[in-house]
Amino acid sequence: MEKMSFWRRVRFNHNSKKTVLLSRSKAGNFGVFLFLLLICAFMALPMVYSIIQSLKPIDEIFLYPPRFYVKNPTFENFVQVIGLAASLWVPFTRYLFNSLFITIVTTAVYLIIAAMAGYSLAKGKFRGREAIAQTVTLTLLFRAEVTAIPAYFIVAKLGMIDTYWALLLPPLAGSLGVFLIRQTVTVSIPDETLEAARIDGASEYRIFSKIVIPGIKPALLTTIIFTFQSMWNSAGTSQYIFSEALKELPTVLSTIAAGGIARQGAASAVSVIVMIPPIIVFLISQSSVMETMSHSGMK
Amino acid sequence: MSKENTAIKKRRPLTNQRPFLVLLAPYLLFFFVFTILPVLSSIVLSFTDFNMVTINNFVGFDNYIRLFLEDDIFTIALKNTLIYALVSGPVGFILSFVIAWFINELSRAVRTVVTFIVYSPALTGNVFVIWTYIFSSDSRGFANDFLMKLGIVSDPIEWLSNTDYSFGIVMLVIIWMSFGTGFLSFCAGFKSLDRTYFEAAAIDGLKNRWQELYYVTFPQMGPQLLFGAVMSISSAFAVGNVNQVLTGNPSTNYSTHTILLHMTDYATVRFEMGYASAIAVVLFGMMLLFYVVVHKVLSKFSD
Repeated sequence: MEKMSFWRRVRFNHNSKKTVLLSRSKAGNFGVFLFLLLICAFMALPMVYSIIQSLKPIDEIFLYPPRFYVKNPTFENFVQVIGLAASLWVPFTRYLFNSLFITIVTTAVYLIIAAMAGYSLAKGKFRGREAIAQTVTLTLLFRAEVTAIPAYFIVAKLGMIDTYWALLLPPLAGSLGVFLIRQTVTVSIPDETLEAARIDGASEYRIFSKIVIPGIKPALLTTIIFTFQSMWNSAGTSQYIFSEALKELPTVLSTIAAGGIARQGAASAVSVIVMIPPIIVFLISQSSVMETMSHSGMK
Repeated sequence: MSKENTAIKKRRPLTNQRPFLVLLAPYLLFFFVFTILPVLSSIVLSFTDFNMVTINNFVGFDNYIRLFLEDDIFTIALKNTLIYALVSGPVGFILSFVIAWFINELSRAVRTVVTFIVYSPALTGNVFVIWTYIFSSDSRGFANDFLMKLGIVSDPIEWLSNTDYSFGIVMLVIIWMSFGTGFLSFCAGFKSLDRTYFEAAAIDGLKNRWQELYYVTFPQMGPQLLFGAVMSISSAFAVGNVNQVLTGNPSTNYSTHTILLHMTDYATVRFEMGYASAIAVVLFGMMLLFYVVVHKVLSKFSD
């Protein structure tokens, strides 16, 4: 078995025993190590802090002077969250349903239309294709938060304020998925393959479903991850929703958390609960995401 | 050139383009209605006094004049947004690149862990709320406790309401969250660099790793760098959510107020859509301007 090591052991020794890559001094290596260590500590601090806080019993949360670590870990904060959730005015299951319903439907529909559009913009030869593709790429600049207000008037005009439609439809306009799928199709589906299928008499739709879709699986998975992530993380920030019955899980969890100082333990438990789904999804699909992102470059 | 040759050789009629249009249509519809139309209509509405209730009148440049000459809070928001964007954008971009560069030399397992840790704030979205506990104003807050134990301060600091500190803390949290899709793109880009260039350059006599970075890595990473820059601009100018959660809306003396918050305020609280549209147009314009500049600078590198 290979020994675990911090550095990549042999760098770029292309068919030769000699490493041709320039190497760094010992001090340089130590500097890089220290830099990464500090960065990781800073990046992980809130996450670690919230996990520790969520496991503290009430007397440890209010301990003075405070202690960073937890002595007697307990799940009572999580139990408290469940108790508070059960006593809500709108049944807890409603929020859960809203979250699942909106996230799943939007992600599924977006995946389909983005795959179709990405393929079309990569391989089509119709007039205006390049202009549309450029426009989609350019709108990567405008995140949903920024267009939400200008879209407010449109959403209102369509009578969608305070309905499920306002949560389901606007995310379908996202450009990141279409952009990544288009890039991937361009790189990984050669024109010759499509041409051969056409000569064999396959229709464009058949080519799309039998050749293109199987050929870009990592990009599709990545689109699912990113859509899921942004839906989950933006839940509750919508300006189009006022009714309690239309709100989603993260919103109600933060409402529970906002109950003042006595809820600090519950608040930490909530943030731990909310961060679990995106983390699991990302860890499972990490290698597909990295593969797709290698096509993300733009000219 | 070879493309033309094969086209002449085959002399096949161009494939039917209708299926491509059919495949594109559903997305294009949503893209038009929820992205293009809002942008275009905000340009039109910015010249009116539209408020969603009365009939709107054309008011020329009144909204813009009011915005830049009379609205002092907008001036604060504009200044804050520019500072946030011009600091957090480049810092996030450069750090993303440096971290991706360094971790590319680590063993696979370590690389995966570090990538996950660095990407986790962007991944988990709402976890930044925890910073409010770290910077809570009493002596139980993590930051206050730490500084008091070290004897640097004697009394707890009101981090989030004291205007001396709140701006910097929001900046810190925004930078903390700025390792998103662009960072992943850099990591993937480093992984797929062409090794032969490095070997050729090493044989040609590169002196050190900085030269290697400048002459070999940058030109190959050009497309990824541009993607990363676009993602940086898109998040750096959209600051607002973090500010609102950490320091409230409005914050003390509007110390962390931003264009996005100003726009949301006028659109959803006061329903002055014409005025909010003018704010949106300014924001879009700034982002496009920065995109053009960054594009110019980066294409010099990769060509």
